[in-house]
Amino acid sequence: MPILILADHDNATLKPATAHAVTAAAKLGADIHLLVAGRNAAPAAEQAAKLAGVAKVLLADDAAYEHALAEPVAALLVSLAPGYSHVLAAATSVGKNVLPRVAALLDVAMISDITAVVSADSFERPIYAGNAIATVQSADAVKIVTVRTTAFEAAAATGGAPVESVAAVADPALSSFVSAELSKSERPELTSARIVISGGRGMQSGDNFHLLEAIADKLGAAVGASRAAVDAGFVPNDYQVGQTGKIVAPELYVAVGISGAIQHLAGMKDSKVIVAINKDEEAPIFQVADYGLVADLFKALPELQQAV
Amino acid sequence: MKILCAVKRVVDYNVKIRVKTDQSGVETSNVKFSMNPFDEIAVEEAVRLKEAGAATEIVVVSIGPAQAQETLRTALAMGADRAILVQTDVETQPLAVAKVLKALVEKEAPGMVILGKQAIDDDCNQTGQMLAALLGWGQGTFASKVVAADGKVAVTREIDGGLETVELKLPAVVTADLRLNEPRYASLPNIMKAKKKPLETITPDALGVDVTPRLKTVKVAEPAKRQAGIKVPDVATLVDKLKNEARVI
Repeated sequence: MPILILADHDNATLKPATAHAVTAAAKLGADIHLLVAGRNAAPAAEQAAKLAGVAKVLLADDAAYEHALAEPVAALLVSLAPGYSHVLAAATSVGKNVLPRVAALLDVAMISDITAVVSADSFERPIYAGNAIATVQSADAVKIVTVRTTAFEAAAATGGAPVESVAAVADPALSSFVSAELSKSERPELTSARIVISGGRGMQSGDNFHLLEAIADKLGAAVGASRAAVDAGFVPNDYQVGQTGKIVAPELYVAVGISGAIQHLAGMKDSKVIVAINKDEEAPIFQVADYGLVADLFKALPELQQAV
Repeated sequence: MKILCAVKRVVDYNVKIRVKTDQSGVETSNVKFSMNPFDEIAVEEAVRLKEAGAATEIVVVSIGPAQAQETLRTALAMGADRAILVQTDVETQPLAVAKVLKALVEKEAPGMVILGKQAIDDDCNQTGQMLAALLGWGQGTFASKVVAADGKVAVTREIDGGLETVELKLPAVVTADLRLNEPRYASLPNIMKAKKKPLETITPDALGVDVTPRLKTVKVAEPAKRQAGIKVPDVATLVDKLKNEARVI
């Protein structure tokens, strides 16, 4: 039986996370169908059709799906699920919201945030903020799975699958979209950036984040933060890297004024190269850093900006 | 409006967990347990809604071993009115917990259920969404703001690119994210008072719910360890290493 993936998109563009979920699905060894549920979402569906390994894109175009509300999208997935062995989504805020609802409606267990596919019914997933890795096995007829995007490469955009329309199903009409306040930034998105530079409580204020931003702009990097910096009100929550924020695994992660609490390490320890700048040489962040610099960040950052 | 809150007893967030040598799970004997931090935020939100006059009674529920009574007493000390322990020593998986909560919702008829967005032990992030599905209710997950009025609730949600506000018909399920509030510390007089508040103990069987785990845990292993690297003396050396050794900039 084929595998169904719920695409994450904003109608105009497909989110990069979806390409990572396709790679996870490819390891299951069956045909992959991508569901694009949205309103005027043909552009996102066309991008989905280009992902290598996708056999077919299903486009459900209806006003009810415009904002990916969990209730109507879950109802749609439940109607499609009987034809599939697995229903997958990237573990984004959409996937995490919708898929448990689908699982409960189908009376099956769900497997969250997988980091490896062991077999068609067994998966590895982190527990305790990544301090242990559980291998879990499902005996359910349909496996409902979200995928940690940093654990799987993105599928290439070299394919060309057909796009097929599917009908909307009745909207349970339990919820409605009111508004969205999306952070506007010229910088790359945290979870897909090649370089991430993050600040912690050591930054002392939100204003001081401009020191990081200046370097980020030179490197084409995204700017993140520790939970401590978010809790202190320096930056908005969507900057947060960690167990309770975003999970990132860039080629280069630069942690500035971050002590390295377990909850932060859970969000960045799979980065390829980690740099830590901290004046406290005992800070736990140095235990995971490839390159550590014990220095006052207010001296080091301007120097770094000059040097890169 | 009555509010039902669900709380889980978990290994305290400050404990550095150890994987058992036989890979059957995580060592839980002789470690400190406390209320799942996200559930603490959920209880706090319910108490604030009651203080603001939007709620009349708070019922707090935990599904787990006898020791979860302590977790419930903590919630009572924070301001919940009464507690229900659904006692089981079986590993509680989200679908089973959602079914137990559904049975209790049918008995208690709350106008809203608030729970944490995820438990910090299994990191599933499923129970609230599953409960909403089983009840046929709307769901406001990852909430950073909750405003209830006129049979509706507006929930501002933490989403990947920022914030989103949705409006749900009541009754509905809300799951708490970090920034929803800062939970209070229970005062000593309130801890004393909490000891006298009602705490009922029942079993999943009495509710007609089968809590047998559906997912089998094959093994639990240590994650791959990262080795500490080197210390560099200055920024110039750091940039040189990044350019010529790691080749990442």
